[in-house]
Amino acid sequence: MDNLLSITTFIPTIAALILAVFLRGEDEAAQRNAKWVALIATSLTFVVSLFILAGFDASDTGFQFVEERNWLLGLQYKMGVDGISVLFVMLTTFMMPLTIAASWNVTHRVKEYMIAFLILETLMLGVFMALDLVLFYLFFEAGLIPMFLIIGIWGGKERIYASFKFFLYTFLGSVLMLVAMVAMFADAGTTDIPTLMNHQFASDSFSILGVYIVGGAQTLMFIAFFASFAVKMPMWPVHTWLPDAHVQAPTAGSVVLAAILLKMGGYGFLRFSLPMFPIGSEVMTPLVLWMSAIAIVYTSLVALAQEDMKKLIAYSSVAHMGYVTMGIFAANQQGIDGAIFQMLSHGFISGALFLCVGVIYDRMHTREIDAYGGLVNRMPAYALIFMLFTMANVGLPGTSGFIGEFLTLVGIFQVNTWVALVATSGVILSAAYALWLYRRVVMGDLIKESLKSISDMGKRERAIFAPLVVMTILLGVYPSLVTDIIGPSVEALITNYDAALADGHAASQTAANSH
Amino acid sequence: MIQADLNVILPEIVLSVYAMAALLFTVYTGKDKMAGMLVWLTAALFVAMALFVGATANGTREAFGGMFVDDGFARFAKVTILLSAAAVLVMGQEYMARRNILRFEYPLLIALAVVGMMVMVSAGDLMALYMGLELQSLALYVVASLRRDSAKSTEAGLKYFVLGALSSGLLLYGASLTYGYAGTTLFSGIIAAAEGQAPLGLLFGIVFVISGMAFKVSAVPFHMWTPDVYEGSPTPITAFFATAPKMAAMGLFARVVHDAYGGVVGDWQQVIALLSVLSMFLGAVAAIGQTDIKRLMAYSSIAHMGFALMGLAAGTAFGVQAMLIYMAIYVTMNVGTFAFILSMERDGQPVTDIASLNMYSKAHPARAMAMLVLLFSLAGVPPLLGFFGKFYVLRAAYDGGLAWLAVAGVIASVIGAFYYLRIVFFMYFGEEQEELETARSPVLWSLLMVSATVMLVGIINMFGVETIAEAAAATLVN
Repeated sequence: MDNLLSITTFIPTIAALILAVFLRGEDEAAQRNAKWVALIATSLTFVVSLFILAGFDASDTGFQFVEERNWLLGLQYKMGVDGISVLFVMLTTFMMPLTIAASWNVTHRVKEYMIAFLILETLMLGVFMALDLVLFYLFFEAGLIPMFLIIGIWGGKERIYASFKFFLYTFLGSVLMLVAMVAMFADAGTTDIPTLMNHQFASDSFSILGVYIVGGAQTLMFIAFFASFAVKMPMWPVHTWLPDAHVQAPTAGSVVLAAILLKMGGYGFLRFSLPMFPIGSEVMTPLVLWMSAIAIVYTSLVALAQEDMKKLIAYSSVAHMGYVTMGIFAANQQGIDGAIFQMLSHGFISGALFLCVGVIYDRMHTREIDAYGGLVNRMPAYALIFMLFTMANVGLPGTSGFIGEFLTLVGIFQVNTWVALVATSGVILSAAYALWLYRRVVMGDLIKESLKSISDMGKRERAIFAPLVVMTILLGVYPSLVTDIIGPSVEALITNYDAALADGHAASQTAANSH
Repeated sequence: MIQADLNVILPEIVLSVYAMAALLFTVYTGKDKMAGMLVWLTAALFVAMALFVGATANGTREAFGGMFVDDGFARFAKVTILLSAAAVLVMGQEYMARRNILRFEYPLLIALAVVGMMVMVSAGDLMALYMGLELQSLALYVVASLRRDSAKSTEAGLKYFVLGALSSGLLLYGASLTYGYAGTTLFSGIIAAAEGQAPLGLLFGIVFVISGMAFKVSAVPFHMWTPDVYEGSPTPITAFFATAPKMAAMGLFARVVHDAYGGVVGDWQQVIALLSVLSMFLGAVAAIGQTDIKRLMAYSSIAHMGFALMGLAAGTAFGVQAMLIYMAIYVTMNVGTFAFILSMERDGQPVTDIASLNMYSKAHPARAMAMLVLLFSLAGVPPLLGFFGKFYVLRAAYDGGLAWLAVAGVIASVIGAFYYLRIVFFMYFGEEQEELETARSPVLWSLLMVSATVMLVGIINMFGVETIAEAAAATLVN
């Protein structure tokens, strides 16, 4: 199985092609076929991806399952996974069948809907596996197209504004990265990611147009990549596209966005920013840390004021992503382990929370918090599941949310106590908005006339939540499932990072002495 | 000697003789009744010539003492010109026949224009250059006003003629300055005269020649004719304007700046970089407010020319290669897009209003999907081929020391993405309204599908165009 990764990546595309070419008509049978083809294809992808996990050797910190082919312009088609990326691949293949199952009630242009999601899965998997700069960019950017269509066609009332904002915001963020990639290509003569990780980009300070740039080219490249990943992540203050996109996207779109697409930014920091521009990262670290701390507190406060459930969860996502960037740029074992853990756990938890909103939205067609209240009386199973994920979102010990937050806070505490202090207050705030949301929606008496006949979750809905519940609790009580896999790779990453920094400091020291 | 010279220009001779013979023949026989057949015949001849040019010759051959050069670069440009002209001819035939404007002169004028373009990209001398340019332009002025009873069409032809004449004047003035200071009109002589430090008069000459050529590629600030001519001309003619002549003009541009002024790269580099950045931004910003898809495509072509010029501005062999690849991709995308525009109609009348595309995807999912691919490709969004065109020119600009131009280019491409998205918005997100009909034409359908498929499949290996373009660029810049 030399090309296991390619097989995994392209199964959904093949299914999409089959749908596009062979499926005709809009009747019920055609719709059902489209759903089943999509569900089978995504499940098959998950099964195949299990072979990747099974064959993965965690103690090997290099890239595994590598495939390499020459491509245009001296680029390569090169795929591979290491300890950092393999779990993101698993997260994607795990979430997609659930996403498709959650869209079972879609009736509007089902065929196109399924094609869009299948193509999106290929592109997301490609992002986590690509080992060539331009190949990465290709997958990274191409994901905009299906997501733009998903929001624009199947979205809510303000879908057009949201889809344009989503597309142009993220597109603008990433074109600067493209220029930086061109610069790296020119400088290193290759776009091979493993080679670039060991390439020392120039870090001599210089000034452009009177602005003195510490760290020189590395800082500039870091900023260009940062522009892209920070928007994707999203970090405060460039997060404003996310609430719009989330609110307008259909439930499945929100799930994919929160669970997987947001992780691309964090993955990008780990794959590119830290290993390739260590000096630039060091220069920019204080800024990034404070941006994360502000994000945690500010967006938590904003979340408190929301009237719309999806918007509230969207802001809480931004806050949780703040922990991730903070952990990554703490650049120590706990911090980065925690950041990856937080991303994976947030994938399950936020996906589940958006599904929870979807469950009641499907019944009542509103996301206004005020329209609900006392749901526990008619929907006990729903109340239980919603409570579990609310607690996980808050970071209750025993759920996966706790491990991620705790590790990142431990990591940051060793680096910058003040940032840690500010960030920790976010834990309290997240408890405040999450519990308050839960109280307003689920608790109390059922007084609203419209809710009197609401029905509890059906079998299909329960089946969707079951794997998410299992993963959230399993990772919460047995976190070494994850940390054993990511640990060695993260350790290697930190060793290289520290070594590169030491080299850089020694070089600048000698340069200073010789003057 | 003459024998050898004639061998080199054989494709041009064949096409000219064909055009004149067919003109005589049709005048005496069937006139417009023959037009449909002539279109197919001319297109077939174009394809045959493209195969001939592409398959037979190799190496660099010169004719008439260096006035005409047949090298890899010229052949690349010629094949692109011939194939795109053939595609555009074929796809316009039904449209024009149904609107009673399919005159027998049309394919023959196009054939003559194509001869002019082939001379342009092969020119090795300022005189040959001008001859090719005028042959092309005169034929195009006439076809622009082909619909004689339409005020818009005649206005388009007249505008094109007046501004084209002005640009020819500028170009001639620059050519005479160049001749005055270099003492020769041969490119090989000019490059020798400009070795090291170019005389000031020669620099003036360069600027005027570049201005003249900038008119032809419709680069800002010499772009004013483009939207009006695109909108006013019958759509098949617009499709033609957007493809083959653009390739020819860019080919000519590259030929002149490298073959004649290759010794003073630093001097013209700044001029072209400025043209490039202005075109990209104006094309992107001005297209936002357009409601007519033909005008929108005019601004889009201005922006695309800006990107192609970015490759040229690099002043390197790789830059020329990037430009050639960009143009080949651009031409392919435009053939598909115009095949789509030609099929837009309501009650048998052509429609070019963007808003009329509302919910087009509902009634014609396959066409809408193909158009979607083309639009994202035009916007330069990966993974489509249009992205690779942009990547090549960005790389060329960066390698040529123009990092600022690359940054400006990507920002312009984000602005530009907006108006392509707007068309997608109408096709996919709009409200239901009166449906747009579609001309049932297998030719248009297949050209649209082929073009969209190329955008998707081409990313695997670009059908080998990369190496051909590399070899072509190497023959021009050495």
